[in-house]
Amino acid sequence: MDFSIVVSEFASLFLDGIVVGAIYALVALGYTLVYGVLRLINFAHSEIFMLGTFACLGVTMLLGYTGYEEPIGIGLFLVTFILITVVAAVASGSAAMLLEVVAYRRLRRKGANRLSSLISAIGASFFLVELFRLLTDSKDWDFPRLLDKNSLFEVSSAYVTADKLVVLIGAFGLMFALDRIIQGTRLGRGIRAVSQDEKTAVLMGVDVDKVIAFTFLIGGVLAGVASAFYMLFYEATKFNVGFLLGISAFTAAVLGGIGNIRGALAGSFALGLIQQFSSAILGYNWRDVVTFLILVLVLLFKPTGLFGEAIQRARV
Amino acid sequence: MSTSKISIPKFNLRDKFGDWWEGTTRNQRIIFRVLLIAFFYILPFLDNPVFGTTESDFSSVLFYPMGMYVLMAIGLNIVVGKSGILDLGYVAFFAIGAYTHAILGLSFGFNFWINVVLGMAFAMFAGVLLGLPALRLRGDYLAIITLGFGEIVRIVAINVNFTGGAAGLAGIPAPPSIFGVEFLVDDPRPYYWLVLTLTLLVIWAYMRLIKRRPGRAWEAIREDEDVAEFMGIATTKYKLWAFVLGGAIGGGAGAVYASQVTSIVPELFDLNVSIMILACVVFGGMGNLWGVAFGAALLGYFPEKLRFLSDTRILFFGLLMVVMMNIRPDGIIPRKKREKVYDKNTGKEVSR
Repeated sequence: MDFSIVVSEFASLFLDGIVVGAIYALVALGYTLVYGVLRLINFAHSEIFMLGTFACLGVTMLLGYTGYEEPIGIGLFLVTFILITVVAAVASGSAAMLLEVVAYRRLRRKGANRLSSLISAIGASFFLVELFRLLTDSKDWDFPRLLDKNSLFEVSSAYVTADKLVVLIGAFGLMFALDRIIQGTRLGRGIRAVSQDEKTAVLMGVDVDKVIAFTFLIGGVLAGVASAFYMLFYEATKFNVGFLLGISAFTAAVLGGIGNIRGALAGSFALGLIQQFSSAILGYNWRDVVTFLILVLVLLFKPTGLFGEAIQRARV
Repeated sequence: MSTSKISIPKFNLRDKFGDWWEGTTRNQRIIFRVLLIAFFYILPFLDNPVFGTTESDFSSVLFYPMGMYVLMAIGLNIVVGKSGILDLGYVAFFAIGAYTHAILGLSFGFNFWINVVLGMAFAMFAGVLLGLPALRLRGDYLAIITLGFGEIVRIVAINVNFTGGAAGLAGIPAPPSIFGVEFLVDDPRPYYWLVLTLTLLVIWAYMRLIKRRPGRAWEAIREDEDVAEFMGIATTKYKLWAFVLGGAIGGGAGAVYASQVTSIVPELFDLNVSIMILACVVFGGMGNLWGVAFGAALLGYFPEKLRFLSDTRILFFGLLMVVMMNIRPDGIIPRKKREKVYDKNTGKEVSR
């Protein structure tokens, strides 16, 4: 227990909390969107993220990075990183759509009970983790350092580095884009309609299958982009990387009120900060215990989260 | 999307056997039961190339994974299959039982038989602590909370001192000899008989329980919790009982497991165990004890028998869960779904 570090390192912990929170937010949005249309927690979403991290790694390997190079210049970095992000987004997005077809669609059409869909998703999740464990030899895989991580400038104790700025700018840009998609496009309106009342949405001519597939696609793309940011920030991945990140992102979604898009964002930043400060005080080993405790406490005392308003209430 | 329609598979092992069973006399049933139980007790002596395992000792396979899977799957079946509560942290109870025997046996020299009972008691206590608040939640939230619980138990075991941390505990005492049977490190057979005996006791208790009020309450909760509550069933109470009893079986299994492997590390109790046991329940047929026991035995046996499955068993189990849910959600031996149907004109019961 060391509380003095909270005071001396406040700005540093705060910055890291926001950066981690931004990554959580992109994954948490996937949980919350799918929950909105299916009323189910997508247990395999964390594996979609994991798949994205390996897609990022694959791109750098194909481009010939070995991990021992000097960081590249900003122009080349932007081109390379956009390529990595796009590939990860495509890989995760298509995996998410495939997941919907394989694990959910048939059960949904049969009107099977929730337990069946949950078990099916958990099975898919385990299949993916184990597949990548076998494919990647259970090793830790390092991501090459693309960007110089020396501090650009300092704010109090916080070292502002380029990778943190990229994550923050990218994540906020994407969140804004998502908000526009949900509020402004035809399919976004479809997502809100299905979240509100699936049966009525069908009667109103909404193609529910298409809307649900599109929701999985958005969730997968966001997870893919999150995986690129994650790799830039943490520079390592492993087959089980999705599990703890998935639990954190899910906790963030619940903390903000599951099904509520803006709630998921607020919950993510709150959780990122809580994790940074609690690991500074209690030690890193207890970080996940703290996350679980938050999840349990929120579910027990305020299951609707901090912002109980659900996705369907958000009007144009 | 009508969910009320009851579909009966064309070929159904459970009903075929059920029809035969209902036609037997009392004596035939006793003979059948005695023969079946005797068969399971002499199973370690029946090691032969046809169904023996080539890679590992057959009686060792009979103890773990087969015997352990069956015992734990029966325990988890009470929770998932019978009451419809999705518990993804069942390994926590297993870990609590194992650590109870390891710590009390090593530090205080407690007898194994006392530790089994204490392990079950601690697992039940943990079940109450977690279940009392958590069981008020809906299915998927509950699933994720139990998942977290399983992980917390493991992380705590790594990070505190009295569990030996990440290095775990070694030299866990074996059970003292009973009825002249010695528990030796290099002979897994007595442990198999121990698990078998425990399993039979659990099955006996379970069969008595499900015919009575708790069994009916669990089924009602599984089918529709709201309706069950309207009908006056104390749903939280019975859900808690299912959770706690399932946990007790997991705790007992953990103590037996620890006494056989003699050293345990926290990494033994990861999420994979919970998922494998869940796969056993799903594969066998949620809610049907015989299906679950049969399914668990098969899933324990196949990876040992078929070499190509042993490295990829979790891959295979994950795939199995998706495929079973999509194609045959009631498992290989589904629970009894026949209902009493009365003829409109005569008022007599007709079978369907």
